[in-house]
Amino acid sequence: MANVIELEGVVKRYDSAGVPALGPVTLTVAEGEAVAVTGPSGSGKSTLLNLVAGLDRPSEGRVSVGGLQIDGLGEKALARFRRERIGMVFQFFNLLDDLNVLDNILLPAQLAGSPRGKAADRAAELMGVLGIAKHAGAYPGRLSGGERQRVAVARALINRPALLLADEPTGALDTASGHEVRQLLVDLHRSGQTVVLVTHDLALAEACAERTVQLVDGHVAVDRSRNAEVVR
Amino acid sequence: MSGIRKTGSRRRIRLGRAGRRRVQTVVMTLSVLMAVASAVVAGSLMASASAPFDTAFAKQHGAQLTAQFDEGRADAARIAATGKLPGVTASSGPYQVAQIDPPGPGGADMQQSETVVGRPAAGGGVDDITLRSGRWATAPGEIVLSADANSVGPDTKPGGTLRISTAAGSPTLTIVGIASSVTDSADGWVVPAEIAALRTSGAATGAQMLYRFSSAATTAQLNADRAAIAAALRKGSMVGAQSYLDVKLAADENTALFVPVMMAFGVLGLLMSVIIIASVVSGAVGAQIRRIGILKAIGLTPGQVVRVYLAQALVPAGVGAVCGVLLGNVLAVPLMGDAAQMYGGGSSAVAWWIDLAVPVAALVLVALAALVPALRAGRLHTVEALAVGRAPRTGRGQRAQRFAARLPLPRAVTLGLAAPFARPVRSAALLAAVVFGTTAATFAIGLTSSASAVTTARHPQQKIAVSVFMGGPDDGSAPAPGGTGGATAGSASADPAQIRAAILARSGTAEVIGQAQGVVSVAGGTGAIRVRLYQGQSGAEAFALISGRWFDGPGEVVVPTHFLDTTGSKVGDTVTLVDGGVQVRVRIVGEDFDPGNAGLTINTDMSTLAAAQPGLHPVFYDVVLKPGTDVAGYVSALRSALPSSGVQVGVNETGHLNPTVVAFDAMSVLLTLMLVSVAGLGVLNSVVLDTRERVHDLGVCKAVGMTPGQTLAQVLTSVAGAGLVGGAVGVPAGLALHDFVIPLVMRTAGSGTPPQVQDVYGLLELVLLGAGGVAIALCGAMLPAGWAAKARTATALRTE
Repeated sequence: MANVIELEGVVKRYDSAGVPALGPVTLTVAEGEAVAVTGPSGSGKSTLLNLVAGLDRPSEGRVSVGGLQIDGLGEKALARFRRERIGMVFQFFNLLDDLNVLDNILLPAQLAGSPRGKAADRAAELMGVLGIAKHAGAYPGRLSGGERQRVAVARALINRPALLLADEPTGALDTASGHEVRQLLVDLHRSGQTVVLVTHDLALAEACAERTVQLVDGHVAVDRSRNAEVVR
Repeated sequence: MSGIRKTGSRRRIRLGRAGRRRVQTVVMTLSVLMAVASAVVAGSLMASASAPFDTAFAKQHGAQLTAQFDEGRADAARIAATGKLPGVTASSGPYQVAQIDPPGPGGADMQQSETVVGRPAAGGGVDDITLRSGRWATAPGEIVLSADANSVGPDTKPGGTLRISTAAGSPTLTIVGIASSVTDSADGWVVPAEIAALRTSGAATGAQMLYRFSSAATTAQLNADRAAIAAALRKGSMVGAQSYLDVKLAADENTALFVPVMMAFGVLGLLMSVIIIASVVSGAVGAQIRRIGILKAIGLTPGQVVRVYLAQALVPAGVGAVCGVLLGNVLAVPLMGDAAQMYGGGSSAVAWWIDLAVPVAALVLVALAALVPALRAGRLHTVEALAVGRAPRTGRGQRAQRFAARLPLPRAVTLGLAAPFARPVRSAALLAAVVFGTTAATFAIGLTSSASAVTTARHPQQKIAVSVFMGGPDDGSAPAPGGTGGATAGSASADPAQIRAAILARSGTAEVIGQAQGVVSVAGGTGAIRVRLYQGQSGAEAFALISGRWFDGPGEVVVPTHFLDTTGSKVGDTVTLVDGGVQVRVRIVGEDFDPGNAGLTINTDMSTLAAAQPGLHPVFYDVVLKPGTDVAGYVSALRSALPSSGVQVGVNETGHLNPTVVAFDAMSVLLTLMLVSVAGLGVLNSVVLDTRERVHDLGVCKAVGMTPGQTLAQVLTSVAGAGLVGGAVGVPAGLALHDFVIPLVMRTAGSGTPPQVQDVYGLLELVLLGAGGVAIALCGAMLPAGWAAKARTATALRTE
């Protein structure tokens, strides 16, 4: 299978003279794969995710997603890349409080200029699948944490991205809601969605991902799949 | 020790905050700077505009009433006794008076007599005469001339001579001084012994008496004072009287233009500053609630929080106030120099009390504006404040977002359109800034147009390209009065009718309007009234009309507003003019805009006074040319056609700039730029606050695919609505302010308002001014919109 993500010698420094927050890291993720990135606080997990999402630029190295090298792209091209190729789910949901559920879900499609009817159909389909159709007109403040994260997942999937990135998706949820989201990610992966998951929660990583990449001090310490293990 | 530590920590908190909130600190500093600078400029001009006459009047013990008496009906003792009447607080006189008919500065016959008073000394308790040059007359044959006398020209100096009439062989006086009377009580002064020699044989003899009263603030009070004096003497003894209010009106003619306008600009500037400062401090509290919670959690008391926020407003405001005073002084001095020149004196320095009062008032306002949000910050519950940013916001703006999402517009635009509804108070402050900015711009454009229209309306003769003057010096050296390129030729006895016929015979002549001036009085009241006499079709020189029409023929007069007020008449009434004892009844057919000469110059056909002055003839002719006529060629041909001496042909200057209007326009533009800049800063502040507060939401939008261009569009659209509404409200508000202030200005100058001065806005102009509201909003928002577009997504997402 083709690689969806290719990182080659990627280094990220926040302070030009300081120790790198990440890297050098070389890593690939294949299409349809579900990868959990784990590690202690400050190990570079979120930095890695931000580089893959094009939210940040590497100080050194090359980042390609879906065959597109993104480390040299301008802001406009990166914005297009994000809305067309990736979906993101955050720990604190990052929903817009003054938009209702439907409008939150529709936002990436509308920004991409998708036809209204087509976007609305896709939103309705996602809300049905994710069990949040009855909340279409509700505002995020009135939903439970699990429901909010489902809305975030629906928003992430509205443009049918090749890659779903999830940053501590259960980190702000109670146990029951956490289980709901975990099952949702499992189902998504089973349906063929490529998923990269950043988490502290080893149980979540174990349940959702067939491969775990453990970062320590910005370096890949362990890259383990269910079938094989590579220790670096 | 602990107290020292607390103070130190508070100071560190304050300074740290100021450093972190650079934009708001700069906005607050600049808004106070602009407001203080505008107030210093406006206040200085207002003080400068109102001071000269009042100061001079008080210093010279000006006469509130200058009365003239017929010595044949009341002797000197009886006239002097009127100075002891109840209500009279001071008097001077009686001084004997003589009328002389000296030639004008160019040697031409002015057809207008001048009043010479026999007065032993410049002082006298009332109306102290101020010597500008030379000395007081001490012997017969000497005269001190008033600087305002018509016979005084730029070359008139002590040591020169003055012929007492234009008649050949007329005696001359030696000019020993140039002086001025604040109440314009005479054209010249001689020793009392000289008067007898100056009086024309057989003419009625007169005396002048100068009064001050306990009650003389209004025309009605002065009329009562005058009536009391007249009643104390034999009927008909008082032959004329001049009120100081009329003189003040003439002196205030220029200042009247400035004062109401300054006040309007001052009020606008003040309101804008208060709104912006309140908005900045309020926004600072709103944007830092969580920080307040943290500070309280670690031990800051509510009082300390209040002080921190007050200091946050007062420190930059203090810097702005000091800089504003400096800038205001730099800007005011040249403008005041212009004003001082216009008012004929006064200081061009800003008064110390303005430099002190304005910044103190500004800082008090800042403190008051900051107090409310500071108290709110002090009262915040720590736990609630700490929860901000962790829990989802609910409530405002959701309905607007729902509605906007359904609009057939790009999503970034609809997000921006609904954004103001999430923060209605801040949006109202932004809207107010745009409204004030647009109002100021609309008002200023109207003012400059009105000022220009006033100049045109007051000088209708500027439309006349060529004038032909009768008489004048025989040496051909002097230019024609009011014109350039004049030439003199011919004898002083050129026949006006022949001259007129010669002008009419020239090809290119469309109309010839003969003019002369005279002085009459109105039966039953007022002093001297100047009358402008026309021969021929004078419509081309008609003053702007406030009501009625221009005169059609003899027996009709067109009068200014102040004449109607003074005589208690109205258009359509008949009044009786008295000229040399001859009474002439005339009908008022129009009210014109002519505030010059204290609004006491009337216009009529020359034939109207034919009975009183059978030999009256034009002093000059204004020539209206046919369209397309070459002025230079016409003048050259006309000079050849006219008699070779005693006639001057002048080419009138057109389109020259009136210094009052230039100063007025400069000041209006300056104050408008300041107010528009403050409005822009107000918008900038609101958008910075909003962008800062929404930076996380913007980060979310960017994370899900919003491009920098879409971000820019979203932020700019969020203010465009306020710009549109602000323009739609600000333009009518500016119009209303203009429509309120202009009649006030005109009324202060003693005149009504002609439509040419009032209705100065064009439709296209109004549309462009309305679009100016959007421009102010977009310009103010451009900087923060750029920041938002460039903000790093990952950083924005980390922002709470």
